[in-house]
Amino acid sequence: MTTSTAQPMPDVDPAAAREWLAAMILIRTFEERGDELALRGKIPGGMHPAIGQEAAAVGIARGLRGTDLVAGTHRAHHHALAKGMTPSAVLAELYGKASGSNGGRGGSMHLADFDLGLWGSNGVVGAGLGIAMGAALGAKQRGTDQVAAGIFGDGGANVGRVWEFTNLAAIWKLPLIVVCENNLYAVETQTSSVTGGADITRRAAGFGLPAFTVDGQDVVSVHQAVSEAADRARTGSGPTFLEILTYRYKGHDSGQVIRYRTDDEVQRWRSSKDPIENYAARLITAGLLDEAGLAALTDTARTTVDEAVTFAEEAPWPDPCTAAENVSAYTGNEQR
Amino acid sequence: MSNDETYSTAYRSGMREEMERDGTIFVLGTDLFDRGGHFSQVKGLGPEFGADRIRDTPISEAAMVAAGVGAAMNGTRPVVDLNFMDFAYGAMDELINQAAKIRYMWGRPVPLVVRATAGVAQGGAQHNNSLQSTFMSTPGLSVVFPSRPWDVKGLLKSALRGEDPVVFMMHKMLTGARGPAGGPDELVPIGSARIARPGRDVTLISYGYGVTIAEKAAQSVAAQGIDTEVIDLRSLSPLDLNTIVTSVRKTGKVIVLDEAPISAGPAAEITAQINDHAFWYLDQPVGRVCGADSPIPHSPALVDALLPSEAGVVAALQQIAAATGPALAS
Ligand SMILES: Cc1ncc(C[n+]2csc(CCOP(=O)(O)OP(=O)(O)O)c2C)c(N)n1
Ligand SMILES: [Mg+2]
Repeated sequence: MTTSTAQPMPDVDPAAAREWLAAMILIRTFEERGDELALRGKIPGGMHPAIGQEAAAVGIARGLRGTDLVAGTHRAHHHALAKGMTPSAVLAELYGKASGSNGGRGGSMHLADFDLGLWGSNGVVGAGLGIAMGAALGAKQRGTDQVAAGIFGDGGANVGRVWEFTNLAAIWKLPLIVVCENNLYAVETQTSSVTGGADITRRAAGFGLPAFTVDGQDVVSVHQAVSEAADRARTGSGPTFLEILTYRYKGHDSGQVIRYRTDDEVQRWRSSKDPIENYAARLITAGLLDEAGLAALTDTARTTVDEAVTFAEEAPWPDPCTAAENVSAYTGNEQR
Repeated sequence: MSNDETYSTAYRSGMREEMERDGTIFVLGTDLFDRGGHFSQVKGLGPEFGADRIRDTPISEAAMVAAGVGAAMNGTRPVVDLNFMDFAYGAMDELINQAAKIRYMWGRPVPLVVRATAGVAQGGAQHNNSLQSTFMSTPGLSVVFPSRPWDVKGLLKSALRGEDPVVFMMHKMLTGARGPAGGPDELVPIGSARIARPGRDVTLISYGYGVTIAEKAAQSVAAQGIDTEVIDLRSLSPLDLNTIVTSVRKTGKVIVLDEAPISAGPAAEITAQINDHAFWYLDQPVGRVCGADSPIPHSPALVDALLPSEAGVVAALQQIAAATGPALAS
């Protein structure tokens, strides 16, 4: 089932509609700067830029409540920022600084802030869905109305455990949204060439849960699909699977030389399906935004990211004496 | 205190008491609700607590442990029961790469218990792995391996009141072993060893079913005037070095008895720790009586050839007790 891109603005509060755009612009600005910094060696281990995938993250985060949670993948800055983590907290973490969101213990692939409902990006493909599934079980056991979203990529759709997690959520009717953010590639592998049956949504539907394909370059479509899935989850109807079709403009990680797709292909996505340009145009057409308003959003994002860079540069390093602390409450006290 | 529990019923009564005390505790795994697990470890708790708290799962070990990890992070206390510890191989990422690292990376406690029956007995190569070696070398996981009903119950209570993941290993050979067990609030702290038998001449360190062998061997050499101190580690991580070192300082002679394959297993770590912390108190090199570096075969005749035996431990005790000065190569 496909939710197509409906061009007219749906019934969304105008302030919220503008905020979605602001959030997407902030993500793009952050990721472009982050990518540059990674190439300059400022980010140990580099990063996986999510440029092009902004609508997926913002649509997911805004389709959920603040108390709902998201657990994701190695490509995760867009999820973290959409969930409300500040660019300063993220960038300082990428630098490995003490003022980073996780004190330099996490890094790009392990960003978490439980107060914001960000239950970790994850360095292991498919593992974020497991944490989200377990969190959904915890929510159900405690009788709360919290919903969890677990995100993985098209590459993750060929990880067996992803389907173990989906099956358990389906049979237990857990308040979970199973999200495949399909950007067509897994590192250098074209996912369609390694995916039996080709159709990931149909594969998911085999587990007996509602499964939909969504235009991931349209924040409104993603938001709507996620809101509906969250309603189902909250009212006890169990999990929903969403395949969000999107595209990454950059390589798999910063600096990757791209030999597995054509520049033409990238240009086609950029020029016809860009989630920010198209959505901004839509807001302007609907009279919800003007060019000056758009320029202001871009400026604000740039200033915020500039400040984040300064913050990360100036932030202190963590104390090496603490490196082995807080491994387990059971250990560390014994006499050695 | 109850006087007559088995290793398995002690687990069940500990679980029942804790589930009554704390409504957030629940158990998940295969064949639990009706059957009570493959070792009857939760028999009867299904009907008593309902299907939401004794949850039957499909055979999806990764999903079971992932469910436990996420639920533990979200305000509940799950116990994942894998029945056999060998099946943890299907959930290694969840255990080692997720559960064990979440407190460290994110400051979030993961009060998860993963229980399974372990140790070497029957069943051949794939049901008799010594996963304690792997788990005790994983920072962030605690590993307990009790030898008697009292410690099963007391350690389970500590694990269910703690904040971090605990791998709870129960030896196959001890399933029906009888003994007393503590009352509702008698806890055995994780990371505490016990002196199973005090002695002056040799320290004999073991855990799990090894303690049974150790006690028999100690009894048998006592008649020859060798006074053996038996330490039951109870926890492999954290190790109770204090109890070990105190004993070694007294006896100066140590045998470590461990059925795990000898290379890079618990006995190797214990020996290294003794060298680090009590070397100058040793009269003889630390001796090891361990499992061979081999998979476990089917035939009992072959299994016995690979495992520590009472006779082997007796010989090691006699030899180290008699030894004086360096054993010079001839
Ligand atoms: C279990 C596992 N196998 C391999 C890797 C190495 N790896 C990191 S990202 C990646 C590709 C993932 O592709 P996809 O799921 O489509 O996500 P995308 O990078 O496109 O966002 C791979 C193979 C990993 N992190 N985890
Ligand atoms: Mg991909």
